[in-house]
Amino acid sequence: MQDAPEKLRADNIRKRFGAVEVLKGISLSARAGDVTAMIGASGSGKSTMLRCLNLLERPNEGRIIVAGEELKLTPNTSGELMASDPKQLQRIRARLSMVFQQFNLWAHMTALENVIEAPIRVLGLSRPDAVARAERYLERVGVAHRKAAYPAHMSGGEQQRVAIARALAMEPEVMLFDEPTSALDPELVGEVLRVMRSLAEEGRTMIVVTHEMSFAREVANKVVFLHGGLIEEQGVAREVLSNPQTERLKGFLARTLG
Amino acid sequence: MFDWPVVLAALPDFFRGLRVTLILLAIALATGFVLSIPLAMARVSQNKWLSMPVFLFTYVIRGTPLLVQMFMVYHGLAQFEWMRQSAVWFLFKDAWFCAWLVFSISTTAYTTEIFAGALRQTPSGELEAAQSLGMTKLQIYARILWPGALRRALPQYSNEVVGLMHATAVASTVTLVEITRVARDVYYNHLSVTDSFGVAAVFYFVLTFTVVGIFKLLEKRYLKHLNRKVSGPVPAR
Repeated sequence: MQDAPEKLRADNIRKRFGAVEVLKGISLSARAGDVTAMIGASGSGKSTMLRCLNLLERPNEGRIIVAGEELKLTPNTSGELMASDPKQLQRIRARLSMVFQQFNLWAHMTALENVIEAPIRVLGLSRPDAVARAERYLERVGVAHRKAAYPAHMSGGEQQRVAIARALAMEPEVMLFDEPTSALDPELVGEVLRVMRSLAEEGRTMIVVTHEMSFAREVANKVVFLHGGLIEEQGVAREVLSNPQTERLKGFLARTLG
Repeated sequence: MFDWPVVLAALPDFFRGLRVTLILLAIALATGFVLSIPLAMARVSQNKWLSMPVFLFTYVIRGTPLLVQMFMVYHGLAQFEWMRQSAVWFLFKDAWFCAWLVFSISTTAYTTEIFAGALRQTPSGELEAAQSLGMTKLQIYARILWPGALRRALPQYSNEVVGLMHATAVASTVTLVEITRVARDVYYNHLSVTDSFGVAAVFYFVLTFTVVGIFKLLEKRYLKHLNRKVSGPVPAR
């Protein structure tokens, strides 16, 4: 996959919360078809890093390039970088759809309405086209039979799969997953991981913040291990996870694998 | 209990009073609803220069009795020579205008707080999801924030509607012949409380339960996404 086009690049991302520097200069690159697992202890900055990529969190420094287009950033008065062009930010966000730990479905909309909303409003699809697309992706993640249900009436696993369908319906360049199984009951984790594995097999470009080491080992082709706001170790997933070089990753893997 | 000939004779007046009550209620509610949308957005704004004035407005209006506000506008302003000379005097000498103004301002203050509270209750994740998919601020307000907030606000807003409906009785003090004023006139003519205020109470009672019933239907339709008692598996969390 070395020749595949670069879908996302982040250079030297730094982020401070008050006096605490959470990200101390992290760079990432994802080529088409890459599945990157970001792992690390809580507080290592992995979720913050992911949220900086689509500017849900404003970094203090760094560059973000999505499919060759650099996001134009200007510092605000508190030293955080903001998008200089809101239109460009919206366009870039639409190409980086995100799946959240808490699903974040819109509670007043049915599953189908959740999935068609952004394709209609952001991509400008007609309603029939958006519905057809939504039904295809709901089918794809195995919740088509729940399309008329409201989020509160679905199980966590169903909600997360609807959220994945919502992200897929944008047909994004890169999908960002922020601990997608951490809020699920153990028996519901499998259904979501199976969907994510099949998306990876389709060749989708994914960046996944996860605690699921088996997913990182079996599905991801790249692993990035964060510690204290820095990349401690990274490389080909299988190699890094089976033969960690740093003491910290060795310790982390020993703790998480039990 | 009722002196039926007296009640029957007064019924046409009561129905005319009912009409006045309903018109007052409708125009004040419509004005209050429209004004509360931008004011609630200002109220929840991070910008103090937007939120503070709105807070002061709702604080002062909610902190003073409606009857006092009505007297101040209808009788109080008339004391000032400059007011009587001003171009807007033809409005302020009109009881309908004063009643509309006072009721509208009052319900705007309460409704703004109700809507602002409902906006604040929006889970931050719903906002982030909309942002992360590239929706604009306007789209997020129109499609995510307001539809969710107005639904959440329904039960409280129905209280406000009932409260305002009862409060329209204050209009009887500024010459408007609504239900309470009709009742007072009947009382002065016949000196029977049941045939006057008793009938008025029945009118208000029926109105209240109609309003409550309408809101129950609205809640059934628009809050079904929050109702957990429908079939299907319960959420995992």
